[in-house]
Amino acid sequence: METLSLLAQGFSVALTPLNIALLLIGCFSGTLIGAMPGLGPVNGVAILIPLTFAFGFDATSSLILLSAVYFGAMYGGRISSILLNIPGDEPAVMTTLDGYPMAQQGRAADALAISGVASFIGSTFAVIGLTLFAPMLARMAIYFGPADYFALYVLAFITIGGIAGVDPRKTLISALLGLMIATMGLDPISGIPRFTFENYHLYDGVDPIVALVGLFAISEILLLLETAARDRAKPIGIDSWLPDLRAIWATRWTVLRGSFVGFVAGVLPGAGASLGSVMAYSMEKQVSDKDGTFGKGDPRGVAAPEAGNNAASGGALIPMLSLGVPGSGTTAVMLAMLITLNVQPGPLLFERQPELVWGLVASLYLANFALLILNLPMIGLFSRLMMVPTWALLPIVAAVSFVGVFSISNSIFDLQLMVLFGVLGYLLRKLDVSLVPLVLGLLLGGDMERNLRRAISISNGDWGVLVASPISVTLYVMTALFLALSVWLALRDHKRVKRRELLD
Amino acid sequence: MKFLSTTPAVFGLAFSALFTVSAPASATECIAPSNPGGGWDFTCRTIGRILTELDLVDGNVQVTNMPGGVGAVAYAMVVNERPADSDLIVATSTVGITQIAQGRYPAPIDAVRYLAMLGADVGVIAVDNDSPIDSLGELTEIMASDPTSLVTAGSSGAGGWDHLRLLMVAREGGLDDLGALRWVQFDGGTDAVTQMMGGQIDVVSTDLGEIAGFVESGDIRILAALSDDPIPAFPDIPTAISQGINVTGYNWRGLYTGPDVSDADYAAWVEDLETVYNSENWQTAAVESGLTPIWRGGAEFEKFVVEQAEIMEEISRDIGVIE
Repeated sequence: METLSLLAQGFSVALTPLNIALLLIGCFSGTLIGAMPGLGPVNGVAILIPLTFAFGFDATSSLILLSAVYFGAMYGGRISSILLNIPGDEPAVMTTLDGYPMAQQGRAADALAISGVASFIGSTFAVIGLTLFAPMLARMAIYFGPADYFALYVLAFITIGGIAGVDPRKTLISALLGLMIATMGLDPISGIPRFTFENYHLYDGVDPIVALVGLFAISEILLLLETAARDRAKPIGIDSWLPDLRAIWATRWTVLRGSFVGFVAGVLPGAGASLGSVMAYSMEKQVSDKDGTFGKGDPRGVAAPEAGNNAASGGALIPMLSLGVPGSGTTAVMLAMLITLNVQPGPLLFERQPELVWGLVASLYLANFALLILNLPMIGLFSRLMMVPTWALLPIVAAVSFVGVFSISNSIFDLQLMVLFGVLGYLLRKLDVSLVPLVLGLLLGGDMERNLRRAISISNGDWGVLVASPISVTLYVMTALFLALSVWLALRDHKRVKRRELLD
Repeated sequence: MKFLSTTPAVFGLAFSALFTVSAPASATECIAPSNPGGGWDFTCRTIGRILTELDLVDGNVQVTNMPGGVGAVAYAMVVNERPADSDLIVATSTVGITQIAQGRYPAPIDAVRYLAMLGADVGVIAVDNDSPIDSLGELTEIMASDPTSLVTAGSSGAGGWDHLRLLMVAREGGLDDLGALRWVQFDGGTDAVTQMMGGQIDVVSTDLGEIAGFVESGDIRILAALSDDPIPAFPDIPTAISQGINVTGYNWRGLYTGPDVSDADYAAWVEDLETVYNSENWQTAAVESGLTPIWRGGAEFEKFVVEQAEIMEEISRDIGVIE
């Protein structure tokens, strides 16, 4: 078992004092970031990236910290969903549907315990999947030519459009904005400057990290400033932290189904955790909602989406590490960090930097156990910490953003650019435009363009090359199926709403 | 805009001061015009470290990363703001000179003083292990007689150094219409090699350092090294010169300083850098990171840089990258 010995090496990387400390800090702050309404995993990771640069951690340690935050946020998101009826982050939206009713019925502790265990199983499922499938995909990736990568990017862009609850037109606008920003800088093929406005600072294009910290962290400050004056919602208290084991056992099949669906959604490039939780919830409802209890405090309605979004977040690491194509918004941000640290994710990463890949995988196993402890016995702590006053949060986020971005390039221009992106992010969020498609556009746009142009120049101008390989054809078929599925789901929801309106 | 432009700056400076306070003050500075981790960053950090180890400077050499415009931002800064600062050295390489030759820097090639090159990555022409092409002669013959039948690739864009040195080989081998040879850009030499192993492309031209692993594993074959002498680590690889193609294609690593630095200070720098070059420290560090130690310094180096830029400009014009 080659994988097992590699994993053993990974544990020796993960078990160094620095990495253990970063892991615990990541799990703790991730859970907190997830639990705080509004601050989601993308924001959390974007805010912490500059910190890793400022402290000069190496790529492995940085990635361990950020992945722990990512996983932590996935666990934490459910806390405010259940206690406040406000999703702590986007993927936790589905958890409010049954979680809050449970809390209202005095079963908050059960809801938290069930969802905590579901989160643990979901992410452990995903990490096992990561261990098994990522090296396999990396070995396959050598057969991916430029045309196949292009097809993969097309799939990524289509699946973002499939995230439920978002106006597809706004998703499209957001993705196009990202693609437009991605064209700035020296054209990699011909070396001609594009949209640089005669400014040498723009010759390398917009540094994704600068844009991301602006879009997520700075806009978060602006949003927080705006809401600071308002009253915070009061959480429902927790009666006991002792979970009802029978209630947890009763959800075992739900959790496994949710984990599987979420994992698949995570592996699809672009889709991510929101899709994972939505799909897990809808499927569970189809399968087991026989008495119409879903939406009224059914434990299975808490378990399914939590298993789903945690499994998806692990799954999303697979295409990010093995193909260099992120499986979610958060992994897109991590990808940008790796590139800035001169680590190029992709098939060769597994051969060239096994200590990074397997150190990360080993850390994720450990993170899951740490998070289980943080999220079951210590749950009371988080429900109180969730109420951190805004005045304490703002300066921290601001300081970390500015110091971090400045420490990457020593460039005042980058700081100005970051503020500019902050304002852009603020405006878009006020208009309910999701930033994730923009980020994917910004990050993938350049590679998508380059691979298209490579494919065309290899074929000497023949566009048929795009559908000439079995890999690209398979990917286009998957894209078409996914598109059909999301249109069908949208139509069905539309009909249901109409029917309900008629009944009322 | 006044508010936007100054406030972040004040914040940024204040906080960065907090973080850099632990570094000892020093007069000597090396600017790496890239993000941490790249080749220019390596040049500054390694040479800076050895300058300190050999007591050629007081204290540590401060390395500043100043990315932007493939070195253009740092170039403009030195020319405009610190032309006479004799404590400042800046990393550059063939990549930077290519940009200058194609008019993509805000100042011409002779706007700064080139100090020395201390090492180089050697360019190579590689094919897949299963390729029917067995020697450089066979390759140049195909390139000259049927240029459109080959797909060539490397880590630079059209007109970049990987492309230019392949064209130098092709021109020497008898190809007149340089634009007829297809060129595909990849983000790195390893990417190009991986695609060649996957059967997408036929020939890769890039630095040996990045793809040496594939040569050792036998996945690819090197048809020629574009160096004066065989590479010490791979003595069996024939040079292009030994096969009758009189072309070298080094990606050298060197340094420049401001245009108004006095002749005495310039000469002192060249002397210090030669001491660094001859030290055991540099010879080991260079080889460990896949570089071949090569020395050209002072007036000889300035002449070499200008000549190289002229060849690049000529070929770039031939293939239509510049007008």
